[in-house]
Amino acid sequence: MADSMLIVSPAPHIRAGLDTPTIMRDVVIALLPASVAAVHYFGWQAALSIVCSIAAAVAAEFILEKLTHRTVTIGDWSAVVTGLLIAMVLPPHVPVWVPILAGFFGIGVVKVLFGGLGYNLFNPALMGRAFAVAAWSAMATTGYVWPASANGAIWARGFDAMSTATPLTLLKMGEIGATSASKLYLPLFMGNAAGSLGETSALALLIGAVYLLWREEISLRIPMFYIATVAVITSLYGQDPLFHVLSGGLILGAFFMATDYVTSPLNPKGQAIFGIGCGVLTALIRLFGGYPEGVAYSILIMNAAVPLIDRFARPRRFGEVKARA
Amino acid sequence: MPKWSFRGGTHPPENKSSTAGLPIVPAKLPSRIAVLIHANSGCLQAPIVAKGDQVQKGQLLANPGAKLAVPVHSPTSGKVVGIGPVRTASGALDQAIFIEPDGEDRLAETCAPVTNLESLSKEQIIGIIMDAGIVGMGGAEFPTHVKLTLPANAKVDTLLINGAECEPYLTADHRLMLERSGDIVRGAQILMKALGVTRTVIGVEDNKPDAIEAMTKAASKAPGVEVVSLRTRYPQGSEKQLIKSTLGRDVPPGCLPFHVGVVVNNAATAVSVADRFDRGLPLIERVVTITGSAIAHPANLLVKIGTSAGELIEQCGGFVGEPAKLIFGGPMMGMAVSSPDVPTSKGCSGILALSRAEARVYEPMPCIRCGRCIEACPMGLEPAVLHQWSDSGIWDQAEACHAMDCIECGVCSYECPSRRNLVQSIKRAKFEIGVRRQAAKERRAK
Repeated sequence: MADSMLIVSPAPHIRAGLDTPTIMRDVVIALLPASVAAVHYFGWQAALSIVCSIAAAVAAEFILEKLTHRTVTIGDWSAVVTGLLIAMVLPPHVPVWVPILAGFFGIGVVKVLFGGLGYNLFNPALMGRAFAVAAWSAMATTGYVWPASANGAIWARGFDAMSTATPLTLLKMGEIGATSASKLYLPLFMGNAAGSLGETSALALLIGAVYLLWREEISLRIPMFYIATVAVITSLYGQDPLFHVLSGGLILGAFFMATDYVTSPLNPKGQAIFGIGCGVLTALIRLFGGYPEGVAYSILIMNAAVPLIDRFARPRRFGEVKARA
Repeated sequence: MPKWSFRGGTHPPENKSSTAGLPIVPAKLPSRIAVLIHANSGCLQAPIVAKGDQVQKGQLLANPGAKLAVPVHSPTSGKVVGIGPVRTASGALDQAIFIEPDGEDRLAETCAPVTNLESLSKEQIIGIIMDAGIVGMGGAEFPTHVKLTLPANAKVDTLLINGAECEPYLTADHRLMLERSGDIVRGAQILMKALGVTRTVIGVEDNKPDAIEAMTKAASKAPGVEVVSLRTRYPQGSEKQLIKSTLGRDVPPGCLPFHVGVVVNNAATAVSVADRFDRGLPLIERVVTITGSAIAHPANLLVKIGTSAGELIEQCGGFVGEPAKLIFGGPMMGMAVSSPDVPTSKGCSGILALSRAEARVYEPMPCIRCGRCIEACPMGLEPAVLHQWSDSGIWDQAEACHAMDCIECGVCSYECPSRRNLVQSIKRAKFEIGVRRQAAKERRAK
């Protein structure tokens, strides 16, 4: 046997089975129930939006990496995740060029130009949404429709601007009283209400979240702190906490956006701070802000705070407390 | 039974079943032995034999040249055929004394059991252990006599015997605990006397229930000796983690076990202490697990220290197919070698030959900040952060983030889904910080 045939590499010589592409692929799998629910409630236009968004995100990564002579990384599935999430955070009925341009912005500007996977400071999908809302505010906010079968629509019939108002908008406009929101629990839980493409069905999102928790790819730390904080603050202000939890993309944001590894804190203590911070901002924007809904901006603002959180929320070293005592 | 455990860690597939049931078998006399006279700590032992000399088994070959070195002895009788460089497991070229066995395996007259243990002082016992060339046999090869020589103000109350054997694949300590449990307890009793303590705790992972049973039985006859079952979790056998798991004590950063009243010794080291006092044998042989998917018949062999990996593998039926990787030690901390000619050393507890499918080399992907390395780090460090500082060559920051606390267990790299070489870059940072600290010390001395 020739000596040169032996591989000499540093320890450890074995690695855990889970790798990055698998994690990304699992996120896509976890989002499938919500995607199916979206197509069920909002029809073929939702499917078209999802397909175009994913294609745009993957194409953006491929083209930019080719142009800048970098290794093409579309095989790691992260662009697919971003594309799918962009479709999910936009209204179900938008012209297809909106998710396409949002995909190019999210991947191209927010991710690839910042250095690619792992180096982006902000969540690319949420930045894609923020970009679309800023650039074509009418387009990106009027795409909200009530599913044809929606009980909520029947219940809400007679309100102004019915076709484009989400439950949170109705609340903001004063159309929903502080206590009558319980009629919307079931439609919101099942997804039979207006909202962004992927956010309406809490049930479908929770099925996906359970899958990610079971695969140990996310922990409950960020989502639980996030959701609990929103519930506590909204109830302190006399509003229905369950209505707030079920509406406006909080579940989508808490389980699939705020838990994005790249743009959330590294260690457990920091993740708790991050979750609470997102919750406080979301509640404040919903209660006092100009927008009816605050999930996207809360997470983006907290993304900016991550380097700071990481610096101050270091884990405890082995034996450290004893040393001080 | 204490239920403390350390935080973090991981549980890789154990792969111990192929050798755990195999009794220790003495290896055949090799055709050539390379006795390393260059200690891990960098100290060279001075040879007192020359080419052409006839030597006996157990005869002194080289005297320690420094405090952190121990003498070495001839593993068998034969002829010194040369003194020169040899490639060791670390990849370095080190000095060795080459011996050609004569097949007689004649024991030197100087190798006599100690019969007056009761009348010996601590210092005398430690002296005998030093003269027998005994070092930590878990891998680090730190001289045992140095560990036993405590500063005057140290208050040590417990001897901890490490029987965790948390590295996957390895079963050498497991077999020792089954077959030589009495000698482990005997060695512990001698070590207790050398330390002046009355309590010994033997920690064994709970994936070895038979070893726990055998050790408990042996310990029942020895006052002050108890066996503790530990959760199977890598790196349970690391000193600080073991102290936490067995005694619930935290060793603060920068401190050593004796600061919290504990001295840790490996189970195999205890056996070699018993061998010295009861059979007169210096440290010239040890149990090595030869295993892995590329080994025809895995085995636990009692090996003359200095036998090449190749000769041991040959005794195990050679390779199955083509081995892709040959590792000295376990898969988590062991060293990959470039040739089967590398001789075994005192700290080599396993030789692992992996097939192409097992020995995959991964292309690192970008860090996705998943935090798995941080949750798994048993020392409470942030490997992802240290890795970044190290790769950017910013050693001050790496030091400020406690790179020096790293125990190099490799859990971070193991867990990383992006297959990044985290522990490797932290080792690099530790080296650079060490060099800078040394330079600063020299500047101050001027």
